[in-house]
Amino acid sequence: MSVQRTYEEINQKIRDGKVVVMTAEEVIALAEEKGLAKAAAEVDVVTTGTFGPMCSSGVFINLGHPRPRMKIEEARLNGVPAYTGLAAVDIYLGATALPPHDPANADYPGQFKYGGGHVIEDLVAGREIKLEASAYGTDCYPRKKIETTFRLSEINEAILFNPRNGYQNYNVAVNLGDKTIYTYMGILKPRLGNANYCSAGQLSPLLNDPLLRTIGVGTRIFLGGGIGYVAWHGTQHNPGVERTPNGTPKVPAGTLAVMGDLKQMSPKWLRGLSYLGYGATLQVGLGIPIPILNEEIMSFCAVKDEDIVAPIVDYSGAYPQREPGNLGFVSYAELKSGQININGRTVPTAPLSSYAGAREIAQTLKGWIQAGKFLLSRPAAPLPSVESDLTLKPMPQRVLE
Amino acid sequence: MVKQKLVLRFPSSLVEQPVIYNLIKNFDLMVNILRADINPKKEGRLMMELSGDESNFRRALEWLQKKGLEVMQLKQQIIWQEDRCTHCGACSVICPSGALVLNRPEMTIRFMEEKCVVCELCLRACPARAMETLLDSAI
Repeated sequence: MSVQRTYEEINQKIRDGKVVVMTAEEVIALAEEKGLAKAAAEVDVVTTGTFGPMCSSGVFINLGHPRPRMKIEEARLNGVPAYTGLAAVDIYLGATALPPHDPANADYPGQFKYGGGHVIEDLVAGREIKLEASAYGTDCYPRKKIETTFRLSEINEAILFNPRNGYQNYNVAVNLGDKTIYTYMGILKPRLGNANYCSAGQLSPLLNDPLLRTIGVGTRIFLGGGIGYVAWHGTQHNPGVERTPNGTPKVPAGTLAVMGDLKQMSPKWLRGLSYLGYGATLQVGLGIPIPILNEEIMSFCAVKDEDIVAPIVDYSGAYPQREPGNLGFVSYAELKSGQININGRTVPTAPLSSYAGAREIAQTLKGWIQAGKFLLSRPAAPLPSVESDLTLKPMPQRVLE
Repeated sequence: MVKQKLVLRFPSSLVEQPVIYNLIKNFDLMVNILRADINPKKEGRLMMELSGDESNFRRALEWLQKKGLEVMQLKQQIIWQEDRCTHCGACSVICPSGALVLNRPEMTIRFMEEKCVVCELCLRACPARAMETLLDSAI
């Protein structure tokens, strides 16, 4: 009789201090040594992690009301514009927002030294943030201008809400062109000078639950060093792609919308980044625990880099022109070795997602669970998976009169 | 035999003088220029590997300093701010000299400053901006 567990049983073991937790990396060796059935019987929870650039991230902020009151129409935090089309003092600061005077790629390749992601890092670090806001003024909100400073501890709410994080697999980016290009996948040297990839592979949350059997709406997670939740499936969620026999997608597939209280988080796991020639963004630390409800879920968690593949995509042509196809597939084990073979050529590889960070996140989450500080939550609703009819649609483009 | 990587800062009054020629001719040293930024009538800098007999080497440094050039050891010119580094690995394919490498299987970045040729490519290639140069502030 193979093992079956419930969330309640696992949580009771966590409360009793008897839970057995391993990271998605550690469990590979156990499963290979003892087999899936025994590994599933021994381990209650497997923890995952990833620490990569995630552009679709940002913070909802409630600034509190000034005296006299103000319905903010335009707002800048440390010079970076925030979205204000909400109630009077609610704003949203996106990770890729740039100051209006940033030269961007007018000075190619642009440096993007300070953007929304950097403001978020400064905010979570407790540094003083300068607010400049203006408004048209109303009878109930007469104020038209304010300049002040604040710190995270002084405002009502700061809620990290990231519409798309944790991509389940990603492209390996190369450049077939004749000149260096500057992309969100890093600097790509000409004529297959390098191949950049961006996934934690065998440690990545959604690659350890490829069919989304346990991760759903309301799943409690490690987010930015604090505790957060899965809010929804992420934007561009695309579960219906081609998969390998172990269930992992061969191309970018599932995504997560996640949220959490910024006040609990840490600048160690929310880092402002500057991608040369591309823009500013945020490196987000994300970790998800997977309850080993049965042997099948253990089989998913035991997946290793050798068995997960990613497509090689040309970012000098096919990607920007949105042309289908790729230059073949390569495993994460090959990518992590430091070089891959493309059309008979040896090409050096580099990651953009910190595997060392992913490992530390999975270990941290494991520690929280072992210490009884983190209980697993049963999803309130599943995320759309392979059986859903979700597809990834391009933008409708119509010729306007 | 001594071998050192050095940075020379030229005041604008000296950039048009044949300093390297003198190092070779008068001090019998081997000069391997790594990088140079010399413009007429402006301050310049030159990075090089200098090697040769120890006493000649020492006399050459004295001569350079007496002429008004600032001489700095190259290895202190690029700084890896480890607390800023997220160990993503992006720099490891950009660094041409193998000074920034990804340790495997740890997958952590290591900076070996003795291999650094101060090309400065890492400064902008590092998304977390963990690499810093003292040269910018020095010039």
